[in-house]
Amino acid sequence: MDNQRNNQNQQRALDHTIAKGCANLLDEIDKRLLVVLRDGRTLIGILRSVDQFANLVLQQSVERIHVGDKYGDIPRGIFLVRGDSVVLIGEIDQQKERYAPLKRVEMEVILEAQRIEQEIKAERDARRAQAFKERGLLYQTEAGITEDN
Amino acid sequence: MLFYSFFKSLIGKEVVVELKNDLAICGTLHSVDQYLNVKLTDINVTDPDKYPHMLSVKNCFIRGSVIRYVQLPADEVDTQLLQDAARKESVHSRQ
Repeated sequence: MDNQRNNQNQQRALDHTIAKGCANLLDEIDKRLLVVLRDGRTLIGILRSVDQFANLVLQQSVERIHVGDKYGDIPRGIFLVRGDSVVLIGEIDQQKERYAPLKRVEMEVILEAQRIEQEIKAERDARRAQAFKERGLLYQTEAGITEDN
Repeated sequence: MLFYSFFKSLIGKEVVVELKNDLAICGTLHSVDQYLNVKLTDINVTDPDKYPHMLSVKNCFIRGSVIRYVQLPADEVDTQLLQDAARKESVHSRQ
């Protein structure tokens, strides 16, 4: 009995120290969440563990790729995400998801669409970099969040 | 700790959070912690065409370190009080 109470107290103390660190990610545990990473990638998975740095463990995770109004999922398994590469953690709203004007496509289709999009972007970046260079300027591509911005 | 207390006083108000990846999210401030991580409810993304993955998200947690700006409702901020608090804090830290 005493042992049980001790355990409870310990658990409460632990909850308190964790809760102090993060704006209560504990409430989101065991929910299916969308995580945006600093390199721009989007993961969706079930949150199984979290700590004060927002390090995450995601189970049954998929990487979601959007191209235009289409999206596709690539199965990725279990993910341990280091806290400093997390940008945003979103709760998926079933209703909002249903009414979103997006179309789900197969993995191969979305990968091909992404490849084409990246090619177009690379070409455009190269053109811009060239134009900037001719004017004596340095062109920086718009990427995700890096250490220095 | 000043800004932590300040943001706590804004809980329940509508704010726009601009991130370092140029994503701007408008939502109701639900909670904030010591790292200035914030939780927003009922969010809207200012440019949904550019960030389609946010269309299915209603509530979200944003890591404090990726926030660039927070736009506040002007009439909810008592700048005089904030100035006084900042002075008080600087005096405290000098002692």
